[in-house]
Amino acid sequence: MTVAGGPVIPNFGSGSSCEVNNGWFCTEWVHQHWGDTLQPALVQHVELVAIAVAIGFVIASALAFAGFRYRLLDAPIGLVSDFLYTIPSLALFQILVPFTGITVTTVEIALVSYTLLILYRNMIVGLRTVPAEVVDSARGSGFTRLQTFVRVEMPLALPAVLTGLRIATVSTVSIATIAPFVIAKGLGQPIYDALGQGVFKTEIFTAGGMVIALALLLDAAIVLAQRALTPWVRA
Amino acid sequence: MNTFVDAFRFMGDHTHLLLLKTAEHVELSGAALGIALLLALPIGLWLGHLHRGLFLAAGVSNVGRALPSLVLIAFGLTIFGVGFWNNTAALVVLAIPPILTNAYFAVDRCDRDAVDAARGMGMTGRQVLMQVELPLGLPFVLAGIRIAAIFVIATATIAAIAGGGGLGQIIVNQASYGLGGVVAASLWVSALAFAASLVLAAVRRVASPRHGSLP
Repeated sequence: MTVAGGPVIPNFGSGSSCEVNNGWFCTEWVHQHWGDTLQPALVQHVELVAIAVAIGFVIASALAFAGFRYRLLDAPIGLVSDFLYTIPSLALFQILVPFTGITVTTVEIALVSYTLLILYRNMIVGLRTVPAEVVDSARGSGFTRLQTFVRVEMPLALPAVLTGLRIATVSTVSIATIAPFVIAKGLGQPIYDALGQGVFKTEIFTAGGMVIALALLLDAAIVLAQRALTPWVRA
Repeated sequence: MNTFVDAFRFMGDHTHLLLLKTAEHVELSGAALGIALLLALPIGLWLGHLHRGLFLAAGVSNVGRALPSLVLIAFGLTIFGVGFWNNTAALVVLAIPPILTNAYFAVDRCDRDAVDAARGMGMTGRQVLMQVELPLGLPFVLAGIRIAAIFVIATATIAAIAGGGGLGQIIVNQASYGLGGVVAASLWVSALAFAASLVLAAVRRVASPRHGSLP
């Protein structure tokens, strides 16, 4: 299913004693393989997440526009996104393979579908807090429904929308680690390789630590953006 | 579409195998969820009751979300080796955050007037928690348990790569079972997750206090 990574696992004949004995953490291995293994995996991981969250955000916005305008649609949209969210990630990847093959598309479709529930719910919660008078005056000044949505309602719903974006981004960083079950991309790949090759600890701890660090870093970045963009939230 | 025909044929031909793997899957998920409940529920409820430890309750869910299941399973494997505990430990760590955070906020955000009234009637702290705060917050507590169950079932699938057993074993072994078998097990585990989610949603509905009728 997956292609074994390149020069990832140390050659057990000539590695350092730490590498040969599979010690808890071999710094020299990280130095040697940052360039050929870890850095490319990190870049791929960020790409996977950025594409998924961006597409998820656009789709969720469209769904929120529909679900908020036409209340009848809200329950079905919520139900479908909840259904998608319930499917185990590894299973969703495999169910998609007959349709989209062993491709990045398969991974992205799965990642996008997990962002929908979180983004959609938060957008609806945010939109409900927008005062009716504000919307009325926008409509009265000649804004179309779409203009009102994009330029008035979404900006005012921003605190909840950004909270959704934050949760969706962190979750996607985490779920993207499963990608190597379909394609050899992202920080899951070095972990997957290391598991297959005698549970090489250094690689597992480094790549695993990088995923967690990436998630926490993006989390912090969005919190800061939230503070800068929605100063009215702080009392 | 042929793959799906194969998948359903696989389900017919290997029903016994699928049921066996489902039993293993439920066993592993259930054990992890049970341990997580025992650990997280009392802490979450008690901290919420005291209105203390907001930092812990909010922080644990933020950190929990950042912990990828594959990473936890891999870490578990390096620390515990292959066995029951490597995967159980990973699943427990993953299940704790939603349970603890929801339990905390369910009690912490409970209607203050109801709590004050209960105190005024002479209830002790434990009685207030068990007879007022917990029943009122129960739907939110159950929502957390439902999320934890979904996480655990999904991650137990991945645990197959670390000797976890369960339906994941079929999914990660395309060489033996073919794409049809892989898709069959994927559909099967999705149905399992959906069933668990439906059951917990139903329990939540039953546990929700009805308006206008106080117990």
